[in-house]
Amino acid sequence: MDTSWAYISNYSIYVAMAIFALSFLAHAFETAFAVRSPKTADATEGTLLTKTLDYKRTEKAARVATVLMALGAVALALGVIARGLSNGHVPWGNMYEFSITGALAFVIAYLAALRKYDLRWLGLFISFSALLTLGTAITLLYRESTPLVPALNSTWLVIHVIAAIISGGIFLLANIVAGAYLYLENAESKGGRPAWAYRVPSIDVLDQLSYRLVAFVFPLWTFSVIAGAIWAEAAWGRYWGWDPKETWAFITWVAYAAYLHARVTVGWRGKRAAWLCIFAGSTFLFNYVYINIWGTGKHVYSGL
Amino acid sequence: MTQTELPELGYRSLLRYIWRQLTSMRTALILLMMMGIAAIPGSLIPQRVSNPIAVRDFFAADPERAEWYDRFSLFDVYGSSWFSAIYILLFISLIGCVLPRTVEHFRAMRAEPPATPRNLNRLEYHQIFEGAGNELTEATQWLKKNRFRIRQGQGDISAEKGYLRETGNLFFHLSLILILIGVGFGSLFGFRGEAIVNVGERFINVPTSYDSLTLGRLTSNSNTSPFVIEVNEFVATYNPRTNAATDYSMTVTTTDGDAVKEQLVKVNKPLTFGDTRVYLQANGYAPIVTVRDSTGSVVFQGPVTFLPQDGNLRSIGSIKVPDANPQVGFVASFLPTYERSENEGGISVYPELLRPKLLFSVWSGDLGLDSGVPQSVYRIDTTNMKNLGLGSLSVGETFQYPGGTITLEKIVPWVNLQVVDDPGKSYALFGGIAAILGLIFSLYGRRRRIWVRIIGTQVEVAGLSKNNAPGLDKEVAELVARLKGNA
Repeated sequence: MDTSWAYISNYSIYVAMAIFALSFLAHAFETAFAVRSPKTADATEGTLLTKTLDYKRTEKAARVATVLMALGAVALALGVIARGLSNGHVPWGNMYEFSITGALAFVIAYLAALRKYDLRWLGLFISFSALLTLGTAITLLYRESTPLVPALNSTWLVIHVIAAIISGGIFLLANIVAGAYLYLENAESKGGRPAWAYRVPSIDVLDQLSYRLVAFVFPLWTFSVIAGAIWAEAAWGRYWGWDPKETWAFITWVAYAAYLHARVTVGWRGKRAAWLCIFAGSTFLFNYVYINIWGTGKHVYSGL
Repeated sequence: MTQTELPELGYRSLLRYIWRQLTSMRTALILLMMMGIAAIPGSLIPQRVSNPIAVRDFFAADPERAEWYDRFSLFDVYGSSWFSAIYILLFISLIGCVLPRTVEHFRAMRAEPPATPRNLNRLEYHQIFEGAGNELTEATQWLKKNRFRIRQGQGDISAEKGYLRETGNLFFHLSLILILIGVGFGSLFGFRGEAIVNVGERFINVPTSYDSLTLGRLTSNSNTSPFVIEVNEFVATYNPRTNAATDYSMTVTTTDGDAVKEQLVKVNKPLTFGDTRVYLQANGYAPIVTVRDSTGSVVFQGPVTFLPQDGNLRSIGSIKVPDANPQVGFVASFLPTYERSENEGGISVYPELLRPKLLFSVWSGDLGLDSGVPQSVYRIDTTNMKNLGLGSLSVGETFQYPGGTITLEKIVPWVNLQVVDDPGKSYALFGGIAAILGLIFSLYGRRRRIWVRIIGTQVEVAGLSKNNAPGLDKEVAELVARLKGNA
């Protein structure tokens, strides 16, 4: 146990939060000030508004926001690594540690995707989610750095948990995209997008994107469940025991399987598919939040 | 509207109708969803198999609601008849859905791609351009190089690629069936038992050695291999700051047939004897006591297993001495690191043996062991007994009570061994791995067709991608560039 590493970890996480807050502000500025006030009253309507939107004006803010996001990721990565060094194991021993690692994975996934696609319209959500996750983690979930309980002391912790964290991050991303779809679909059917959303891709692209994200990560989620089963066989003497967390992992799996069938076989698109996607994602969130904190069973390591 | 006459459903056609309904993909999907929904109550209501104490508390708190819950097996969801019904129907439906598709796919793979449709202009990426005449050979070469399956028509080519998608899809669903078979096989032919073994003692794998033993429905008693485990040492390490355990290690000598081995067992490192594995599941303390009667002759000697109650291993237990006359019993608690608390009396503040103490009340009379009613080894029914007073002992001390003495000799740890035999798990594991592989091919595979036709001097190209998979536009463009580059 090395307490100085634990201090470094905590300070890094506070620094990361401050940087993400600045990034959030820069993203907000970028979106808000891209709108130039219309010259005539009727110019606010319909597509005319597009002409009054000028992202070149705020390109600098956008760049600053992205640089801040990357700096925040570095600070957060330092926080996560220092946490691991402070207690000599991968930093996934309790819910606080899951949360900071999850936030890091989420931000890194966004930055990696940014190299290929211009996803800066998502930046506002990403910086906000990272801030929210870290804030909740440090205020409500924080636990002192301790060694692992014996059951967690296994190589499978690394394999099972990293697969679960990545899958969870991408499921949530798919949820954000599906939510954006529903919001914009509704806005468009009522006359048009709000000004800040002009840069968001067309709703058809969003529809496809949320499907692609789920289809991409579903095998990984399956792997995470199976890796968990292999580990459970070694640690608890059974590979499947309907422990609440296992049960909900299965429910999430079934929900996404239904989503994939609905899209591929039955041909669901648009609203119905987006709602199903959000439903499936919320079973994952329920598992993470409710079962971790209030649930019972062998998977309760939140330390709360 | 004309009246439609319903055909009379005979017995056989009714069966066929039911079978067709059951094995439709829609039904399979609905059953899968139902299984997901049916799994929910078991995660929110305490279950007998995993948490019997919480079920008991539930009954105590709200007996009427508990009665109703019990009527619908809500305390045994995953073993209930309705959950099994969904599981079995899903299993049958999946087989009925996937097997015919496998046969069909196998045929389709060996057949040629379908003939070129008449109107290519209705398809995706359709284009017409002037050709030089050798486009069909060029296209054949390109398609072959890109591993399309080709059907040569009259002045046209029909090509298809991406059968791996459906192969992966079927492979995935067949793997699910394999997992279900593995689960069923394990629960029918396996067994699961628990035994508490004091350090220094041995466990022999015969049914009578177990404290509890659950056999699968079709498990025969005889197929348990008679291995022997001698527990040499057990070490638990704790974090002095949080009192939480950081490591459990057990060294054992195992004898399996002629093979005698010294082995280390940890929580994530069970012992393996063929299909049977032995897990280190729990631990506690067993004080070794000697009880003498008033004449000084020993009426009881040996380790007594105490049951831990909290993280600091405050344990309860009972010492029963049926050979004393009159019978004597000690209702006791054992504290590995004794401390006095204002409110709770004797407590333990650390799980290791730093200041071990045995606290007890002495009872004399009838222990009730001959009544035929099964009794807990950890408790004493004191209704027919007389209290002779309270006492406490540290290691090496002797306590005198009217009628005899009790000595705390030393303390040994005990371990709870869980022995599990699951002959189905390797099928489930194999099914799991195959399922992931199948899933990858089925989700990332792309099935698409390309057609090339010559009409006079013109070349017509079109494509069709199934499942909206991206990338066909680039492939068609590449083919067209190649054809034009040659023109």
